[in-house]
Amino acid sequence: MADPMRIRAKIEGDKTVVRVLMAHEMETGQRRDSTGKVVPAHFIQEVTATHNGKTVLAAQWGPAISKNPYLQFQFAGAKAGEKIAIAWVDNKGDKRTDEATIAA
Amino acid sequence: MHQVDHARREALKQGSATAIFGLFVAAGLVRPGTAHAAWNQAAFSAKTVDAVVKGLGGASTAPTKDVNWGSTPEIAENGAVVPVSVTSNVPKTESISILVEKNPNALAATFTIPAGTDPTVSTRVKMGETSQVHALIKADGKYLVATREIKVTLGGCGG
Amino acid sequence: MTRLTTGGALVLALFACLPGLAAAQAGDDTVKKIEEYRQALAGGNPAELWEARGEDLWKRKAGPRNASLEACDLGKGPGVVRGAYAELPRYFADTGRVMDLESRLVHCRMTLQGLTAAQARARPYGSGTDRSDNEALVAFITSESRGVKMNVPQSHPKEREAYQLGKKMFFFRGGPHDFSCATCHSESGKRIRLQDLPNLTEAKDAQRAYTTWPAYRVSQGELRTFQWRLFDCFRQQRFPELEFTSEASVALTTFLARNANGAEFNAPAIKR
Ligand code: HEC
Repeated sequence: MADPMRIRAKIEGDKTVVRVLMAHEMETGQRRDSTGKVVPAHFIQEVTATHNGKTVLAAQWGPAISKNPYLQFQFAGAKAGEKIAIAWVDNKGDKRTDEATIAA
Repeated sequence: MHQVDHARREALKQGSATAIFGLFVAAGLVRPGTAHAAWNQAAFSAKTVDAVVKGLGGASTAPTKDVNWGSTPEIAENGAVVPVSVTSNVPKTESISILVEKNPNALAATFTIPAGTDPTVSTRVKMGETSQVHALIKADGKYLVATREIKVTLGGCGG
Repeated sequence: MTRLTTGGALVLALFACLPGLAAAQAGDDTVKKIEEYRQALAGGNPAELWEARGEDLWKRKAGPRNASLEACDLGKGPGVVRGAYAELPRYFADTGRVMDLESRLVHCRMTLQGLTAAQARARPYGSGTDRSDNEALVAFITSESRGVKMNVPQSHPKEREAYQLGKKMFFFRGGPHDFSCATCHSESGKRIRLQDLPNLTEAKDAQRAYTTWPAYRVSQGELRTFQWRLFDCFRQQRFPELEFTSEASVALTTFLARNANGAEFNAPAIKR
């Protein structure tokens, strides 16, 4: 199973700034390993961020997103102490959801 | 493909999506990797900006200057990790997509921006070589595009 | 680039990937823009993923004894991680040896968790899905010295011995090119491609070099330790492989770590 994400969410002014690091190989399907075999594509396809049950960001990614992806975005309407959840699904159907508490 | 999509939507409506979807997988009708969700295969396999826009459901694009590239550098020391930051100043921005023209498939990512979320995203993309990078903004149903060149120096041989 | 000496040209000849050189000649503007690139990356360092996994490995019960590493003494007492790396390598009375972080971790994984020497030393450097527990543990422990001033001791005779041996190694010329570390690393303002070649005989560069490892290597998508950096420079020098946790490795690390004394530790970092 994939490693947990690192999620930092912080109130800055009237916005919540969210920074996420995900552990994922993001294989393009075009790289060859040392034996010359093509490494099959393996990449995150969908990312969803939710706060209080509401989607605050939805993304679709291709294999051109860098290995160990980084994502930053910001939204309004959250308070310190509340939770933000990030979920991803990759092209093999592997998935992971993690939560973080929004810091003041 | 259309039929499968249609059947799948029906299945989803019926609420036992997983079971029925599993059946399709077993029958070889859908591949679990590509069809488990609404991932936009057409847009992500497009080679050109126009084809991406079509894949996303649009028709044409117009240039815009209302995009701020934030901390996006002009030169990337390594194409494996190129930070890209896009802020749209276009009113009613609904989505932001990032395209790398010279990559095998142009579309790197597309972000849907719901009301309450700022039209600003930062991520990191792979670039095979120096290329035009486009920020494709969907606002009020229309597609607008802003472009900047990012040079890749490929500063080394991976050591 | 104009400052490159004949020695520098020789150094360059060692690298198979010269195309990058053209960019290096582009001058100060390029250098400034590369700096902007590095800054843009610093905001989110994937090394954190290794730190998190390392912390988990440190606290999780494992091995034949089903014990965590939390009782491991890294030099500041059992279980004290904060600031420990900034005082390593150092002499440990319980083993009668000078140990760097990696050798101490091997020791703790054997004595606390009951791993064999081979198990504890296995896979010092990871690659892709073939991950290294050592790298993750090192990422976590070094992160706990962030902001701490380097303070590597030289009070025990064996610590001074290790330093002197490391110094000898640094200036020892050999291999097919008759290179020493100093051949590449004792001149200021030298550069290969866009990489500054640090002058490790000068305090400022020596401090910056030591205090910015481990680092997430953008080119590899991996976290790399200072041990790996030395291992790789040995390879560049066409020297025999530097054996993980060997006396030679600890001595060279002692020399370089001690020379960084007084500087604030600032890693895991992110590098090209
Ligand atoms: C053939 C030239 C060469 C030799 C010989 C060499 N190195 Fe290096 N070293 C390099 C290069 C090139 C880099 C920078 C690589 C990069 O940034 O990718 C480097 C980087 C380093 C760094 C990291 C510096 C930093 O700021 O990140 C250290 C520490 C180091 N070398 C130590 C040594 C030691 C110790 C030896 C002797 C065992 C040695 N090197 C021998 C070429 C050499």
